Amino acid sequence: MSEITPEVVRHLAQLARIGIADDEVQRLTGELSQIVDAVATVRQVATEDVPATSHPIALGTVTRPDVVGTPLTPDEALAGAPERDGDFFKVTSILGEEQ
Amino acid sequence: MPKPDLMDFDKALELFEPVLGFEVHVELSTATKMFSDAPNPAAPGGFGAAPNTQITPLCLGLPGSLPVVNEKAIEYSISLGLALGCQIAPSSRFARKNYFYPDLAKNYQISQYDEPIAFEGSVEIELEDGTAFTIPIERAHMEEDAGKLTHMGGSTGRIHGAEYSLVDYNRAGVPLVEIVTKPIFGAEHRAPEVGKAYVSTIRDMVRALGISEARMERGNLRCDANVSLRPRGQEKLGTRTETKNVNSFRSVERAVRYEIQRQAAILAAGGTITQETRHWHEDRGVTSAGRPKSDADDYRYFPEPDLLPVEPSPELIEQLRAALPEAPAVRRRRLQEAWGFTDLEFRDVKNAGLLVEVEETVAAGAAPAQARKWWTGEIARIANTRSAEPAELVSPLHVSELIALIESGDLTDRLARQVLEGVIEGEGRPSEVVEARGLKVVSDDGALIAAIDEALAAQPDVLEKIRDGKVQAAGAVIGAVMKAMRGQADAARVRELVLERATGE
Repeated sequence: MSEITPEVVRHLAQLARIGIADDEVQRLTGELSQIVDAVATVRQVATEDVPATSHPIALGTVTRPDVVGTPLTPDEALAGAPERDGDFFKVTSILGEEQ
Repeated sequence: MPKPDLMDFDKALELFEPVLGFEVHVELSTATKMFSDAPNPAAPGGFGAAPNTQITPLCLGLPGSLPVVNEKAIEYSISLGLALGCQIAPSSRFARKNYFYPDLAKNYQISQYDEPIAFEGSVEIELEDGTAFTIPIERAHMEEDAGKLTHMGGSTGRIHGAEYSLVDYNRAGVPLVEIVTKPIFGAEHRAPEVGKAYVSTIRDMVRALGISEARMERGNLRCDANVSLRPRGQEKLGTRTETKNVNSFRSVERAVRYEIQRQAAILAAGGTITQETRHWHEDRGVTSAGRPKSDADDYRYFPEPDLLPVEPSPELIEQLRAALPEAPAVRRRRLQEAWGFTDLEFRDVKNAGLLVEVEETVAAGAAPAQARKWWTGEIARIANTRSAEPAELVSPLHVSELIALIESGDLTDRLARQVLEGVIEGEGRPSEVVEARGLKVVSDDGALIAAIDEALAAQPDVLEKIRDGKVQAAGAVIGAVMKAMRGQADAARVRELVLERATGE
């Protein structure tokens, strides 16, 4: 059995800033449990000679040279801003602080 | 907020053992950002760009934009890892640190989590009296910096009273290396000094490597200081606090001392320490509570799917190792020898955190003794009155120019102090300040002789006295001439001329 409880689902929803109703919590608890259980099944057949991977492509570093390109103009940058103040993005007051 | 009780520092150390930890963020000075080809505001000359001019779609997290790693940033990170005595991971990867805050438009920061590029190292620092102390390094990992918020409105101007915030994303995506120490034991009563010396060593290291501008006042180098106390004889570590953004050597020293005294008072009174971030207030010299520390898994780290693992070749690592500058202790020995300073003179410079400044001033042509005199003297004095770091006030290049003007006889020390003041006030380079303020020494003998004659006429008995062998009588005339010249004459030259006048007639 997985460790997914309704409390875990609510906590994750809160972290992701997703509002979910109580019936959705119930449904997601079930669905997420099934997914976690499925992964646990795969884990049973994992063998020591297959290293864990975080990426499907068997490639190493792809880098770019340190050469400056063309940045956006402030107007382009701010074109999608909900609100602007001069050349700054304007956002509502934040209760909290930098991470 | 009432000022909390502080325990006497020595008393606190009697009862408790301080355990330290530091997280130092270093902004790399590559030409472009970590994952995009936007110009890097932390590059040389990049500081002070107009808001939102140094950004590409990636810096704004716009749909369709994808990160590509800057090869230079990888090389710089490896060099730093090697200088920290770390092992370099043959394969490391990036991870997403998820949080919602407008300083990053993507709602996550690309960082490294379980696989940092460098791990397990140590740094030797030297305390003020020359004692060596070893700082164990846990890891150094790569990440991107966040944008800058300015909080506006509200009655107090403090964050909780803010009505809105302005965001500048220029800094978003600047390449960072975060250096994390292991818990540091055994610093004891020298804990504040250890903090200061460690940050100063890291700063000298990244400057010597040429991988960061390392200007603390510009945020190129930022320090979070962790402090915990445990009762003497107790094995288990105490609860720690993390004081954020302690951004000068002096502040690191003061913040560590303050936290030791604050925590000791709470613990001795039977209270408990809350695990939290704290803010350092430079002006009042205190820390205040920030947010309670969240568990690491609240950030829901997961491997960054848009980036491949970083797998530097062994050849590259060895090439970078071979190119490392000398170790700090070796460097200190070399510099002291080259400058011909006594142990005491050299220690003064080192303890003031001015080795790099003196080195660069000498490199720009100044005599070592002069460079030391100005940096540890007048500049340090002014910095102290302004609660600033000397390096923030004036550049080594300008100091060297000032010294050249003294050597050439264009300025006396007294005038040079006025010129320095002008440079610090932003009036330009020394030669420009000399011009604008009209501060040049009057070296025209004709003008001096005219002033001397005038002074002698006013004090006719002086010549007589000098001829009678009372040379000190010349002082009155020299004083009058210097006054007439508004201080802009070389007193030694005036004295010469007065004596010539007396003996020549």
